Amino acid sequence: MIRFENVSKKFFSKDGEIVAVNNVSLNIKKGEVFGIIGFSGAGKSTLVRHINLLEHPTEGNIFFDNVNLTEANEKELRVFRRKIGMIFQQFNLFSQRTVLDNIVYPLELAGVGKKERIKRAEELLALVDLVDKKYSYPSQLSGGQKQRVAIARALATKPDVLLCDEATSALDPITTRSILGLLKEINEKLGVTIVIITHEMKVVEQICDRVAVMSEGVIEEAGNVKDVFLNPKSSTARRLIMPDDRVKYLYNDRRILRIAFEGQSSYLPVVSSLTIQCETMINILGANTENIGGKAYGQMLIEIPKEADKEKRIKQYLDEHGLYYEEGGGVNG
Amino acid sequence: MDKALIELLKSGVYETLYMTLISTLIAYVIGIPLGVIVYVTDTKGICKNRIVNFISGAIINIVRSVPFLILLVAILPFTRLVVGTTIGSDATIVPLVVAAAPFVARLVESSLKEVDAGVIEAAKAMGSSKIQIITKVILPEAKPSLLIGATIAVSTILGYSAMAGFVGGGGLGAIAINYGYYRYKTDVMLITVAFLVLIVQFFQEAGIRIVNKIDKRLR
Repeated sequence: MIRFENVSKKFFSKDGEIVAVNNVSLNIKKGEVFGIIGFSGAGKSTLVRHINLLEHPTEGNIFFDNVNLTEANEKELRVFRRKIGMIFQQFNLFSQRTVLDNIVYPLELAGVGKKERIKRAEELLALVDLVDKKYSYPSQLSGGQKQRVAIARALATKPDVLLCDEATSALDPITTRSILGLLKEINEKLGVTIVIITHEMKVVEQICDRVAVMSEGVIEEAGNVKDVFLNPKSSTARRLIMPDDRVKYLYNDRRILRIAFEGQSSYLPVVSSLTIQCETMINILGANTENIGGKAYGQMLIEIPKEADKEKRIKQYLDEHGLYYEEGGGVNG
Repeated sequence: MDKALIELLKSGVYETLYMTLISTLIAYVIGIPLGVIVYVTDTKGICKNRIVNFISGAIINIVRSVPFLILLVAILPFTRLVVGTTIGSDATIVPLVVAAAPFVARLVESSLKEVDAGVIEAAKAMGSSKIQIITKVILPEAKPSLLIGATIAVSTILGYSAMAGFVGGGGLGAIAINYGYYRYKTDVMLITVAFLVLIVQFFQEAGIRIVNKIDKRLR
């Protein structure tokens, strides 16, 4: 549905040339939730702005439904942009318009009649669960409510794609989860393709089907979330999955395993039963796990005894319970 | 206070209000488009255009750097051409507009610059044309700030109108100069000053109240 072909974007400043996006080729499929993850300054936001041509590529082509957007003129672009909704980290609502008038705005542009506009806006308010805030102004809403209004506004013209530029980065964890839930619902119910830019692995874990890992303007790896998550190949992906300096444990001769939870029940005391059943001690070096809807997601680094038979039993236990693991914390290898 | 003086002050207040309000109005008719042009053609604007930006900026700066009293005299031939005379309230409106329009343009420009770039980007992403971004997004979002600017413009134009009293303009300024200054009537001078202060206060207060009422960000 959206295809990047060798797209590069260079900015020219007094300090010289900055390559924000470097020869990126990507293919985003219809109906999927596609994540682009990377640290700040990786070029993710610049990349996503190419999809609706808010940024023009210096080189390469961008196709939307097999139409080359880089060849479209101003007027054609405006029509395309109605098929591509966008939400932002700072919400970017019109501060002097009511919630209803914010949602109606894209419909005004599309030339939809007044009655019809309001009807459509009310449907959308019901979808984002804000019917009672119809006549409120953005300043009267919480961050989560503002983002819901922004989502409703972005969906007003029934777009095929919704771009989310760090849409949850300004929100607390609980609100983040509910916004992501809403996005997933929109993806499933309305069949809207969603592209999500984020620096948080848990956002990708919660709703994305596929993910691209970006660093310094380059896509380092891309694939199904599960594959990237269980077996990250690039150092950026490893750092995103296991942030901070836990890596330092890995340079001596200790036996380290990285265990990945990918949706096992969070009610099972996996580590406790491991120590009991294998009659051994393990040392938890670091954990980054989260309970999403009763399922465990995340990573854990454990140190296990050096004895070969104990190691064998532990690995056997992990296999039996369907837990993915990797030796050496996955950083040496 | 004798009756003649009261009549004089009455007509002075009326003329001052007339000159100030009409000039402000016309200055805004010219100043808003000029301010919008300078804003949108800026390097960060939505219709980047270095030449137009330079020319409009230069016109504003040149007119703004001429002191009002000198401008007033310098454009007398132009004033005569427009209104047919160089004395009285109508004749004062011409130089007032010429001096105030670039000033208003700068006020408008700075109000527009306050509009969040993210909001403009969102409007662009929704498929707005440039004209729509200006008329449906930037100007409405800047409305409270534009109104605050207008109260500043009114006070400044009022001050200019008083200066025009020196060269035959009408209003309270002319009364203060002709009676208070040339005839040493200090009481008349003080009364006119008091009226000028009151008028400025009135516009300032009214402006702020309206802004508080219409600005949806303040709740």
